[in-house]
Amino acid sequence: MTQLQSKVNPRADEFRANHDAMAATVGDLRDKVAQIEQGGGPKYQERHLSRGKLLPRERINALVDEGSPFLELSQMAAYKVYEDVVPAAGIITGIGRVSGVECMIIANDATVKGGSYYPITVKKHLRAQEIAEQNHLPCIYLVDSGGANLPRQDDVFPDRDHFGRIFFNQARMSAKGIPQIAVVMGLCTAGGAYVPAMADESIIVRNQGTIFLAGPPLVKAATGEVVSAEDLGGADVHCKVSGVADHYAENDQHALQIARSCVRNLNHRKDTGLALRKPTAPLYSADELYGIVGTDLRKPYDVREVIARIVDGSEFDEFKKYYGTTLVTGFAHIHGYPVGIVANNGILFGDSAQKGAHFIELCCQRKIPLLFLQNITGFMVGQKAESDGIAKHGAKMVTAVACANVPKLTVLIGGSFGAGNYGMCGRAYSPNFLWMWPNARISVMGGEQAAGVLATVKRDGMERTGETWSAEDEKAFKQPIIDTYEHQGHPYYASARLWDDGVIDPAQTRDVIGMGLSAALNTPIEETRFGVFRM
Amino acid sequence: MFNKILIANRGEIACRVIQTAHRLGIRCVAVYSEADRHARHVAMADEAFLIGPAASSESYLRADKIIEVAKTSGAQAIHPGYGFLSENTDFAKACEANDIVFIGPPASAIAAMGSKSAAKAIMQDAGVPLVPGYHGADQSHDLLRVEAEKCGFPLLLKAVAGGGGKGMRVVESMSEFDEALAAAQRESKNAFGNPDMLIEKYLTQPRHVEIQVFCDNTGDGVYLAERDCSVQRRHQKVIEEAPAPGLSDETRKAMGVAAVRAAQAIDYVGAGTVEFLYDVDGSFYFMEMNTRLQVEHPVTEMITGQDLVEWQLRIANGEPLPLQQDQIRLRGHALEARIYAEDPDHDFLPATGTLRYLRTPEENAHVRVDTGVVEGDEVSIHYDPMIAKLVVWDDNRERAINRMVQALEEYRIGGVKTNIRFLHALADSAPFRNEELDTGFIGKHEALLFPPARLDENLGLVLSACFFLLRSKAEQTLPSDPYSPFARQNSWRLNSEYARPMTLLSDDVQYPLSILERDEGYDIRIGDSCYDVRATLQDDQLQATVNGHRFSICGDLHQDQLVLFHAGETFHCAQHREQYGLEDQTSEGGLQAPMNGSVVAVLVKAGDAVKAGQTLVIMEAMKMEHAIKAPANGTVSEIFFAEGDLVSEGAELIAIELDSEEAA
Repeated sequence: MTQLQSKVNPRADEFRANHDAMAATVGDLRDKVAQIEQGGGPKYQERHLSRGKLLPRERINALVDEGSPFLELSQMAAYKVYEDVVPAAGIITGIGRVSGVECMIIANDATVKGGSYYPITVKKHLRAQEIAEQNHLPCIYLVDSGGANLPRQDDVFPDRDHFGRIFFNQARMSAKGIPQIAVVMGLCTAGGAYVPAMADESIIVRNQGTIFLAGPPLVKAATGEVVSAEDLGGADVHCKVSGVADHYAENDQHALQIARSCVRNLNHRKDTGLALRKPTAPLYSADELYGIVGTDLRKPYDVREVIARIVDGSEFDEFKKYYGTTLVTGFAHIHGYPVGIVANNGILFGDSAQKGAHFIELCCQRKIPLLFLQNITGFMVGQKAESDGIAKHGAKMVTAVACANVPKLTVLIGGSFGAGNYGMCGRAYSPNFLWMWPNARISVMGGEQAAGVLATVKRDGMERTGETWSAEDEKAFKQPIIDTYEHQGHPYYASARLWDDGVIDPAQTRDVIGMGLSAALNTPIEETRFGVFRM
Repeated sequence: MFNKILIANRGEIACRVIQTAHRLGIRCVAVYSEADRHARHVAMADEAFLIGPAASSESYLRADKIIEVAKTSGAQAIHPGYGFLSENTDFAKACEANDIVFIGPPASAIAAMGSKSAAKAIMQDAGVPLVPGYHGADQSHDLLRVEAEKCGFPLLLKAVAGGGGKGMRVVESMSEFDEALAAAQRESKNAFGNPDMLIEKYLTQPRHVEIQVFCDNTGDGVYLAERDCSVQRRHQKVIEEAPAPGLSDETRKAMGVAAVRAAQAIDYVGAGTVEFLYDVDGSFYFMEMNTRLQVEHPVTEMITGQDLVEWQLRIANGEPLPLQQDQIRLRGHALEARIYAEDPDHDFLPATGTLRYLRTPEENAHVRVDTGVVEGDEVSIHYDPMIAKLVVWDDNRERAINRMVQALEEYRIGGVKTNIRFLHALADSAPFRNEELDTGFIGKHEALLFPPARLDENLGLVLSACFFLLRSKAEQTLPSDPYSPFARQNSWRLNSEYARPMTLLSDDVQYPLSILERDEGYDIRIGDSCYDVRATLQDDQLQATVNGHRFSICGDLHQDQLVLFHAGETFHCAQHREQYGLEDQTSEGGLQAPMNGSVVAVLVKAGDAVKAGQTLVIMEAMKMEHAIKAPANGTVSEIFFAEGDLVSEGAELIAIELDSEEAA
């Protein structure tokens, strides 16, 4: 394979300035994540611990294999979405190996508002299930939640993608042979009672876990019966009498050991179906990505410098290198898995879009997973582009991306604007995973452009009525639009709303993609049938 | 020459004999007990016969069965090795009666040396020096004074009827004699009712120096120099060497001539050893004669370049001595260390168990390993717990000691406790290097022989943690998906880091560690100490750099138990994991054998009601008794072993139906 030769100079001033800026941005991300990892804070954590329970992250650490990586999803979920501070939306989701099997782990954080479900909590839970379903990952629910957030019930309960969808997903996944395991480590009330009840196997911790459709207060109100929570729906009741739960655990640690043994008995087989190659590290340090990319989206760089720091041995066999050069396509390996890479290196023209469609077809034919590295301001506009058929060429690429049945992983490494987002496998194209770098921005178009378009429309209107618009007024009109776009296009804003699966440190990109591929390959790669390509 | 011989022994000596026999084109018949079905000597032999159960008395000591096997297999001769039947006159006679050559001396010679007092009398007649003294019946005071004068000082007064140090006195000079004699006689009379005394020369720093002799059927005899076996523990030789340090050629010759004379006095044939006490002043005195090949014969082989087993076979075949006295030359210095399964930290109690991990130093012109076991073999309670003899040779003693120290560091045994560290400390100690040898060596230098561990506890834990981590990484890959980053076990976390906990158990103390993996290595914390570690593991070889200090260390990991081998020392620890499980508590209390051993007593019978804490079965293991007690009140439902049975660790000994809680 061809080895990419880096041309960057890590001693150059620009490189250093870029590096510092990105390092500060990543530092901010890490600080925020560290804060989020504290869950509901010391007071609630101590109360939780005093009951003999493990914190949700400790539960996950004890559940996964010793030393297993844990690819956490949507850490920034619910960040600054509500007036309440709801770290990680009160639910920790992610992929880790349990008894050698990659599993989706969904853990309520009872230290955050009692683990209750805010709308974003529901969305995060459903997204984790969606990933599990798409990638055939057994699900392990570590249940410790009071259920729906009652004040926000209208955004939690009634709609298709609300609370009820959790159980719909459990049933459908179970039907597909995707194991569903629930560990009841706290409350499982009302709707929540269906998580263990709908699971293939369930474990309950004595004196901690309870499962009931109505808790003691509601029972008393409804029938006058006075009963303790443990007697109503504790481990003894459910393991010895009702049969709602299958395994009786002494404590959290014990329950997690049982969950591990449940996974051991799944008879799970993973067959990647790919020609693997022993991985070697890239030739260049991932840390240099900071200095190459920086945080100013307007500064161009060669995306091959990014690829050289992500792929095995910095080896990249480029396809159609001299054609449609604003899109870079080619084959590489990441952590031993073959991938086809589609990476922006400028605006998309008709030729680059066609090249992209061609390359995606190749990968589908060969069943090679696709990696999209998005840094795109959009497709070319203007009379020449339109007359060259940019719309139909762009449509070919969008069709190819939409229909491709190989695992698709998308990383927003810079801008993600307009139809470029579609052609480069944005969220709407159901990539298996989609991550953002902290320097990335996402919106229908750039803030400047949007403000310009809106200003033009306004000026045209004013000019029709004979009014005049001073440059100052125009600027005052445009600035809030630009600010809004900047605010809403920010990765934290996006990630808080689950538009992605997480904001990631660029230096961890190679590992994140490797894990994404590893997880995706639990599903056998299907044949792809493409729609009509407009020629 | 014989074309087929039988080896009536086991272990290293059987293997040793087979080796030479095979080199000479002689086929070998082995015999084995039920415990030795898979033993190395059985595998090495051309054919092998089962002769009985594990107990020696029912197998290796059964002369009748062995003779029968010799006849059945057509073996023309029997090599008895050492121990077992090697000095048994009846067996030697039985061989003769069945027209089988006994590879050893005639029965009469064995018998002559069998009684120590009779042997001394023969030797006195033959002019072999004995410890000077007076053993006569005439106990008159004047005579005793005369004899004392004759014997010289210091001397030892001993009660004829004595024992246990009663009635015993060391007398430094004539002026002390009368008083000491009176005291000893008084003491002796009180203790034994008999005041009779014997007088012996008192050797202040005696050494055990023995001469290897060989005689052929014509009566010719030679000596193959001496061995110094002074380093002993409770009369058990620990390290032997040849030649004896500081022994002059004249003394060697005088001892050799005396030894040959001793052998000839009893019409000796074959290999024999004449043991002498050697005093600082160069005088030597006959102790006893061993009428067999000695355990420590390899040191003689190393310095003479001769194969003593070959000599035995040739002489047994009626050939003359392979070399005459003047043809026997000595070269360099050889040492032998006996590697035993025993626990030096607990008064050298014999140890048993499986040799789960066994790495021996590479054998070459300088290093020789005589052993009868391979990795995976069991060291059982039935036989001598010697694992191997490690023999080294070099141009001089100092170099040979260096070789020994190095070879001991490369001798790595896991699964069974051994004396390797003790031997290492001994060989490397200043007094040993300085030739300060005498039979009291070990007692005198005890403090030096049990040095504190050189591997710092924390360092041992850090290296162990690396071993656990790297071994686990090597094992946990899915063959269908070997490179997944999920398999890397590096506790990777997104936008964060996770220092995983690991609890190690060493000497019953729990040590919590935290391990943060970085790209290039680990930060390992134990308490307030932090260690920057880089490490790789190739099979069992750990290469680790801890805070800049590089180690190359071998380890053996079995289940959660790890042994690290470092410079002749071992560091033991286990990975501790909490176990939970109310659901799976089936057996309560230790009704299983705590270790390999035998059942000494069964104190209950089926149907007996027993109370909590009542002793049910007594086991003996490693020379200690262990009581198996009832965990709670109940009724004995079944007993699985009888008195005298051998049981393996973990075997269920007895079943008890516990009384239900309500009834209790």
